[in-house]
Amino acid sequence: MKIRIKFSKEGSMKFVGHLDMMRYFQKAIRRARIPIRYSEGFSPHQIMSFAAPLGVGITSRGEYLDIEVTESPAETEAASFFRTMKDRLSQAMVEEIRILSCRKLPDACKNAMSIVCAADYTLSFREGHEPKDPEAFFEKLAEFYAREQILVTKQTKKGQRDLDLKPLIYCLERRENRIFMQVSTGSTDNVKPEFVMETFYREMGWESPGVAFQIQREEVYGRDAAGHPIPLEEFGENIE
Amino acid sequence: MRKLALPDEILLSIQQPARYIGGEVNMCVKDPESVDIRFCMCFPDVYEIGMSHLGIQILYDMFNRREDTYCERVYSPWTDLDKIMREKRIPLFALESQDPVKDFDFLGITLQYEMCYTNILQILDLSHIPLHSRDRGEEFPLVIGGGPCAYNPEPLAEFFDLFYIGEGETVYGQLFDAYKENKKNGKSRRTFLEKAAEIPGIYVPAFYDVTYKSDGTIESFKPNNPHAGKKVTKELVVDMDSAPYIEKPLVPFIKVTQDRVVLEIQRGCIRGCRFCQAGNVYRPLREHGLEYLKRCANKLLETTGHEEISLSSLSSSDYTHLPELTDFLMDQCSAKGINISLPSLRIDAFSLDVMSKVQDVKKSSLTFAPEAGTQRLRDVINKGLTEEIILDGASKAFMGGWNRVKLYFMLGLPTEQPEDMEGIALLSEKIARTYYDTVPKEQRRGKVQIVASSSFFVPKPFTPFQWAKMCTRDEFLERAYLVKNKFREMKNFKSLKYNWHEADVTILEGVLARGDRNVAAVVEQAYKNGALFDSWSENFDNSLWMKAFEQCHIDPDFYTVRERQIDEVFPWDFIDAGISREFLEREWLLALEGRVTPNCRRQCSGCGARGFGGGVCYEDKN
Repeated sequence: MKIRIKFSKEGSMKFVGHLDMMRYFQKAIRRARIPIRYSEGFSPHQIMSFAAPLGVGITSRGEYLDIEVTESPAETEAASFFRTMKDRLSQAMVEEIRILSCRKLPDACKNAMSIVCAADYTLSFREGHEPKDPEAFFEKLAEFYAREQILVTKQTKKGQRDLDLKPLIYCLERRENRIFMQVSTGSTDNVKPEFVMETFYREMGWESPGVAFQIQREEVYGRDAAGHPIPLEEFGENIE
Repeated sequence: MRKLALPDEILLSIQQPARYIGGEVNMCVKDPESVDIRFCMCFPDVYEIGMSHLGIQILYDMFNRREDTYCERVYSPWTDLDKIMREKRIPLFALESQDPVKDFDFLGITLQYEMCYTNILQILDLSHIPLHSRDRGEEFPLVIGGGPCAYNPEPLAEFFDLFYIGEGETVYGQLFDAYKENKKNGKSRRTFLEKAAEIPGIYVPAFYDVTYKSDGTIESFKPNNPHAGKKVTKELVVDMDSAPYIEKPLVPFIKVTQDRVVLEIQRGCIRGCRFCQAGNVYRPLREHGLEYLKRCANKLLETTGHEEISLSSLSSSDYTHLPELTDFLMDQCSAKGINISLPSLRIDAFSLDVMSKVQDVKKSSLTFAPEAGTQRLRDVINKGLTEEIILDGASKAFMGGWNRVKLYFMLGLPTEQPEDMEGIALLSEKIARTYYDTVPKEQRRGKVQIVASSSFFVPKPFTPFQWAKMCTRDEFLERAYLVKNKFREMKNFKSLKYNWHEADVTILEGVLARGDRNVAAVVEQAYKNGALFDSWSENFDNSLWMKAFEQCHIDPDFYTVRERQIDEVFPWDFIDAGISREFLEREWLLALEGRVTPNCRRQCSGCGARGFGGGVCYEDKN
C-alpha cells in the first residue's frame, strides 16, 4: 500500500539539509515501527521518495514524502491503522518537525516527485532587513510582476540558459507585510523563490537581498489527471 | 521554538550549520533553572567526530539520569565559525540550551588523542574561560579532563582544574554530590578541589609539585596539599553488567563518522601487545553477559532507528559468546534491513563464515594487523599473529570470494632491523601469491588487491615500551622509503599498494604522549601561533609547532629520541593504572630478548590487574 505523508519543518530544523532529512525519516520510520517495504538485493533500502527538495534555511508547512508499506489493512481496520501510524510517527519526531497527515494513495498514483508542478511560498523580512518604505517596495514589486516578460539568464549544469520567468511565476503578491508567491516547481522549470527575489532586486538596480528574507514553503502541488494543480495531499484518501 | 545562540545570518554563511543547532533525536531537555549542576561535556574536535564517540554517549545518559544534573554538549567549532566567533566575540555555547559554556558548573573534556590538544585551548578560549587553571576565579566552570590521554595528563596539567583517571561510570556520582554540598555551604572552589582530591581516581594537578634534575628528568613529584594522596589509582567498572549503559543514544541529523549503534561487548584485552596502551590500561578484560547484550542491542536499535549495528571491543574474537551473539544479531537484523558490522575480528573459519553472511563479499575487504614484517619483531611486540595464521586465513578468504586485503604495520618499533622493514613487502607478496595459488584462473575476479599501510610507532605511557627511544623524522622516512623500494622488487607489485603515515605529526604525538609539565608551554604557544585541528592533515602546519619549541626553548628530542634509564621517574608514575611498574619492566626486558608472554587466558603473567577483583583474572575460578 502506498502512503503519502505530509509534514512541517520549522525553526532550527531549517538548517537540516535535504539528504539529512531523508536519513532522518529513514531512522524515524524504524523507530516508529512502520512496516515499510524494502527493496530487494544485498543492501535493501526503504521504498521512500520525497516530493521536492527544500533548500537549507527555508521552513515549510507542506513537505511530502511517499512510502510503501507491506500491510494493507482490511477496510474496517484501516482507520485505526492510519491513526496508529500517525501517532507512532509523531512520537518519533523531534520538536520542530510535525506530521500533518498520512493518506492512502491509490495504487496507480504516481509518486510525488514525478507530478510536482508548483509550490507556494511566503517571504517575510528578517528583523533589520525591512524596507524603509514598504508601500514603495510593494508597488515596485507589483510593477515588476505586471511586466509582459521577465527575461533572465539561468545558470544550469549544462551552462547558461535564457528564459522568460514570467509564465513560471503563477502568483506574486503582497499579503500584509509579506510576499506570497506561487512558482513552477519540479524537475523541469524549477523556480526558487530566492531566484525571483534576486531578479527583482537586480531589475530595480538594488544590491542583492542576501539573507533579507525568511522563506517558508506553504504547499506543494501536483498535476491531476485533468492537468490541474492540486495540493499533493489531495491525491490521497483521508482514512482516519 | 528553540532558541539558537547564532543568528541565521551566521548559520547560513558557514558549512554544516546543523553542527551547531542541537535538537537531535533523544537529546535530553531539562530546565537549566531546575538543576543544581550544569555539566558541559566536550569532545575537542568537529561535531561529526565528537558525536561518534561512545564514551560521551554513556556519560551523557548517565549524568542526565540524575535529577539534579543537566549534562549538555559542545564540540570544536570548525575553522569557518571559529573565525566569526573571535571577530564578533560570541561566547562558545552548549548545544542543548544554547547557553554560554562559561556559565556552567563543569566543563568536561575528553582526551582521546594527543593531536586535539590545541583544540582544548580553542574551546577554553572561545568560551572566554582563562586558559590556565590558576587564573580561574569562582565564577568559572571547573574544567575536568578524562579519557585515555589522562593516563599522562601532565602536558595539560596547567589547563585543567582536575582530571578523572579511569572509567567514567564509577565516581562521577560522588564528585557531583561533593560539588553540590560544597556549593550549598557556600564554600570556595578550592575547598571543593580538596574534597575532590580525596575521591579515588581524581587528580588535582595544582596539589602536586614537581622538581627536576639537572638533566631535565624528574627528581620528585609530591603532593603539596594534605588532601591529595601520593598515588591516584585508576577507576574501573568491575562488573560490566551492573554499570549503566545508554538507553537512548543521540541520533544526529547530519552524517557522522559512526552513524550506527555501537554495542560495547567487553572492555580490556587479553592479548598483551607491548605497544598498545589500551590493552594495558584497560586491564583486566571484562565481558558483558550475552543476555545483557541481546537486551541492549534490541533496545538501542529501537530507540535510534539506526540501520547498522557495530560491535565494539579491542579484540572481538576473544569474546566468549561471540557465536551466540552474532547468531542472535543475524536473526534479529536480517528482516529489518539492518546491517551488522564486525570490526576487530581475527580472520579464521568462523569469522569468514559470519562475515560472508553479514556483508557483501564483493565489496568488503579483509583486514589483518600483523604490525611487524617478521616473526622476530612480532615476538618483540608480543603480537601473536604468525605468518602461517595470516596465509591460512587469507587463502580461506580468497576461496570464499574475497580479493581485497588490508594490512596494517608499524615502522620504528624497538629493535627493528632492515629485514623487518623488508618483511612488510615480503609478507604482502606472499599473500598475493597465495591468491594466485589458491584461486583457479577461471574463478578469479580480477587481480588481488593488497593495501599495506604503516604508521610510525609512538611509545606510550603504561606500556612496556614506555622506555623506548623513538625514531627521528628522517629515520622514519628512510624506513618508509626502504619498504617502498622493496615493494617495487616484488613479482606481484602491480597487485600491491603501500602507504605510510605522516612523520611530522608522529613526532609531535611522541612529545605529547610522554611529555611533562614543561610541554604545556609548547602546546599553548603552538595554539597562539595558529595551530588548530592538528589531526586534520589539511589544517596541520608543522612549522607552527617547530616555532613554538624554539620560542619555549624546549627540545622535542628530549621527549622522543632520548634513551630512558630503567629507573627514571616518569611524569605519569603517580598514577596507579593497575599494571605494576615491575610487570612493565619485565615485559620491556622480555621484548628486547624477543620473548613472548602468553595471553591472559592461557597464563597469568602477574601484571597487577588481578587486584581489582574481577574480569578475566577470575574466570573459571568461582
